[in-house]
Amino acid sequence: MDASLYASRKRRNIVAATASYAATFVGLSWLALILGVLFWQGFGGVSLRVFTEMTPPPGAVGGLLNAIVGSLIMTGLAVIIGAPIGVLAGTYMAEYGRHRRLTNVVRFVNDILLSAPSIVVGLFIYEVMVRPMEHFSGMAGAVVLAMLVIPVMVRTTEDMLTLVPDTLREAAASIGLPRSLMIRQVAYRAAKAGIVTGLLLAVARISGETAPLLFTALNNQFYSTNLNAPMSSLPAVIFQFALSPYKDWQDLAWTGALIITLAVLIMSITARALTATRKPS
Amino acid sequence: MNIATATETRPPVPGAAPLRDTIAIRGLNFYYGEARALKNITLPLYENRATAFIGPSGCGKSTLLRVLNRMYDLYPGQRAEGQVLFDGANILEPNLDLNLLRARIGMVFQKPTPFPMTIYENIAFGIRLYEKLPKSELDGRVEQALQRGALWNEVKDKLNANGLSLSGGQQQRLCIARTVAVRPEVILFDEPCSALDPISTAKIEGLIDELKADYTIVIVTHNMQQAARVSDHTAFMYLGELIEFDQTNRIFTSPSDRRTQDYITGRFG
Repeated sequence: MDASLYASRKRRNIVAATASYAATFVGLSWLALILGVLFWQGFGGVSLRVFTEMTPPPGAVGGLLNAIVGSLIMTGLAVIIGAPIGVLAGTYMAEYGRHRRLTNVVRFVNDILLSAPSIVVGLFIYEVMVRPMEHFSGMAGAVVLAMLVIPVMVRTTEDMLTLVPDTLREAAASIGLPRSLMIRQVAYRAAKAGIVTGLLLAVARISGETAPLLFTALNNQFYSTNLNAPMSSLPAVIFQFALSPYKDWQDLAWTGALIITLAVLIMSITARALTATRKPS
Repeated sequence: MNIATATETRPPVPGAAPLRDTIAIRGLNFYYGEARALKNITLPLYENRATAFIGPSGCGKSTLLRVLNRMYDLYPGQRAEGQVLFDGANILEPNLDLNLLRARIGMVFQKPTPFPMTIYENIAFGIRLYEKLPKSELDGRVEQALQRGALWNEVKDKLNANGLSLSGGQQQRLCIARTVAVRPEVILFDEPCSALDPISTAKIEGLIDELKADYTIVIVTHNMQQAARVSDHTAFMYLGELIEFDQTNRIFTSPSDRRTQDYITGRFG
């Protein structure tokens, strides 16, 4: 063996390893910095009042109740509208239409939708819902979020069902199980953890969306559960309050940001845990 | 091809009833797209006997097995021509009810494929497809099937454990029990032991031997000793053709075709 060859290889290995560690450190430290500032600025504002009172006018005390409720309503509705459509479309692609051309077309369109800027989707819903109705509404907000849920669900459902081995489908067929039952009782069971993970990631994604909501649900200073009226949401309130010159509004914006981040973090960790416990097949 | 002698032969047990064919394959051709994978196969599969398909990789033995329960129908571009008579009807008819066919012709696969549910549910699931039974009766049927699969003693205290928690050999016996639970007439085995250790293999082979009393068995195997141990008749296939079909002991002691001889003595394959 040529000793110098080995030595130079070893040197290059050290350089590459050092660079990798440094890049990892820089990347992670930004994340730590963001989370650190968020906790530092936001944690002081967390109190019961945040969850029980409305967004205040400048100078008054208040909370984020209307924004939290608005976000929960619109996110919940978006999942109710979007998840079934996404799961069914993904099921078609992976099970019924796996070898059809339509599936390739749908997958291509879905990938575009998946990477479309959310503000574009927001503008679209503004055109088809807000303008004809002549006012902003919680419903429009929910629909725009649903539009963002659908491509994520289509993608994860198709991917997770494709991971279910064909031998399992054959086994189901071999005892005379009709395809619809095979999908519901066998394929969905095998893909369950993955599909739920996709759902959590979709919720995590939409819970921070701001731009499309500004075009559709706008915002509401007051508590409102009326889907036909403008509705408040955490991202919109954060946007508005953070840009304001008032110290107490800015503090509430930090607290709101912390709440969203924690919620998303919890969902991501849950998704991770679900994926980790999934049996390799 | 040497089929004439096989149909004339008597069962190995002296004085037993003459053989009746459960399935008669006639002039079967099979295509993967344009590629012809089976060439004009004619073959009987006898009632309450085990028939083994042997031959080198790619000879079409698994393809032939998958024609018998129309498993190939799950995939586009695969088609069969000819006749496969089961109970007098050609199962290749396009408007045949595949689910009913598969209820009557069960299949056990190369890799164990328990469903992602409990051991109990793995068995009960198939029974519920065809029969509405009260719980107590269903429990009995599940136990019966697991007994039949020689698994009952190992799992009777953990029927609610996930089927995937069992060992490979146990999973395969669970799959056999699941197939038996549906009460088919024919059971197809597609290399059922190739993923198993020798002890599990011996158990499955013993099981196949017992199952012959009630079912017509067809087994694809790579393992010639296994074919010799479990089957009564053996079909040797090569390049999509049926080269020779005869009683197993004849195939392994005095085959009439040179290629069969070469294959079983390990000269190729």
